Amino acid sequence: MRTLVDWLDERLQIREIKVALFDRKIPKGVGWIYTLGSLSLGIFLLQSVTGILLAMNYSPSPQFAYESVSYITHQVTLGNIVRGLHKWGASAMVLIVTLHMIRVYFMGSYKYPRELSWVVGVFIWLIVMGFGFTGYLLPWDQKGYWATMVGTTIAEQAPLVGPALAKLLRGGDTLGTVTLTRFYAIHVLVLPALVLTLIALHLFFVVRQGISAPPERDKPDGPHA
Amino acid sequence: MAEPHKKAEKIVPASSLTPDKIHTWPFLVRNEFIMGVVTLIAVTVWSILIDAPLESPANPARTPNPSKAPWYFLGLQEMLVYFDPWMAGVVLPSLIIVGLMMIPYVDLNPKGSGYYTFRERKFAVSVFCFGFLILWIFLIFVGVFLRGPGWNFFAPWQEWDPHKVVALTNVDLNMFLAQHLGIDMLRDTVVQAVFGTALIGAYYSLIGVFWKWKSKTIEALQELGVIRYGIVAFLFLTMMALPIKMVLRWTLNIKYIVKFPWIGLNI
Repeated sequence: MRTLVDWLDERLQIREIKVALFDRKIPKGVGWIYTLGSLSLGIFLLQSVTGILLAMNYSPSPQFAYESVSYITHQVTLGNIVRGLHKWGASAMVLIVTLHMIRVYFMGSYKYPRELSWVVGVFIWLIVMGFGFTGYLLPWDQKGYWATMVGTTIAEQAPLVGPALAKLLRGGDTLGTVTLTRFYAIHVLVLPALVLTLIALHLFFVVRQGISAPPERDKPDGPHA
Repeated sequence: MAEPHKKAEKIVPASSLTPDKIHTWPFLVRNEFIMGVVTLIAVTVWSILIDAPLESPANPARTPNPSKAPWYFLGLQEMLVYFDPWMAGVVLPSLIIVGLMMIPYVDLNPKGSGYYTFRERKFAVSVFCFGFLILWIFLIFVGVFLRGPGWNFFAPWQEWDPHKVVALTNVDLNMFLAQHLGIDMLRDTVVQAVFGTALIGAYYSLIGVFWKWKSKTIEALQELGVIRYGIVAFLFLTMMALPIKMVLRWTLNIKYIVKFPWIGLNI
């Protein structure tokens, strides 16, 4: 093990990565609420794993989508739980990412010099919503179908670009086969690629800048005063 | 224009190693690990206990009543009651996103960076509490628990009666005023358009009025500068338009403040 690490380190300097990530110095008193960010990442990993497992048995076509989800639920070993984890994990994701945002807001952690982390974070939050919106349709049940109908109809009302946007989302004038394949492609290809890029950027900022410091008792203006 | 970078000396670079700093490993990573495991267990137990819902197969011919979006979109769906779709579904969400991204650039207060304080940033904390926690969570709550067929109000313990009909007594502001103040001129389409535009113009002119009135006395306003102030004030007033319209709807059944039937825009 040691030799393998040495071998890799000699070529790739992997110990520097370890130092950057784990020997980082962070302010004392960093407590539980500072774990919400990495927890969001954890839930994202859960969604990736369960999502891949679901994709193994899912068929994105109106004829078979519902049937395949039903098959996953009733026939596949632990399928019901994997689908449950993915479904409830989505809610947990929205909840935890939002809590993370609230924490950052209340502690003013978005302030100079961390503005960009915040802006990228807002984009990530938006993509999380996009995951929710596109994923909702995939079971092709009544709830998903009509919620998507409501959603794309709203998009249609946008001034100027509305009708074109709705057509692009639905892949036509009506909600049908192309809508489902499109939503599936967005859900499993486009959004993951986008969110991975943004997460990498977000983490790079955090590691590079260090997390913002909590207050200290004897310094009313915070530790930096 | 204020100088945003003058507080730079207050920020300690992450690389500086002061004694009041600790290593990520094990102090933070340990907590992160525990939180991860606890959350994973919680979601797993939840998934075992409650099956993920799967309704009957999609049927384009049968519209469910109500058709609700996932809970995190219900605030948006609830906004559709008070504004037309282009406003509630497009303009306002876009402004929410833009507004969120603007926060670090319009909040120049160097205090409260990295720690919680209400005293040192009263406005920032209050606006967020109101706009996000109260308004947004309240809308989601209404959408999830209080809305039933026809998007009518139902108490959570009430049975959903799809035949419940709520008399459509909503009136537009001009008709309301014409009726109650006897100004019949307002019934005219053109007159109401002019009147409504003036009303909204007056509402947003509060931005300038407040600036004229307070910019000399409130130091934070001067530091913000007129452009940043304008952006904040515009977003703030737009946000407040939602509770204003909600109250108008609930108390006086008022639907639109102004209508432009020629281009199909109503506010």
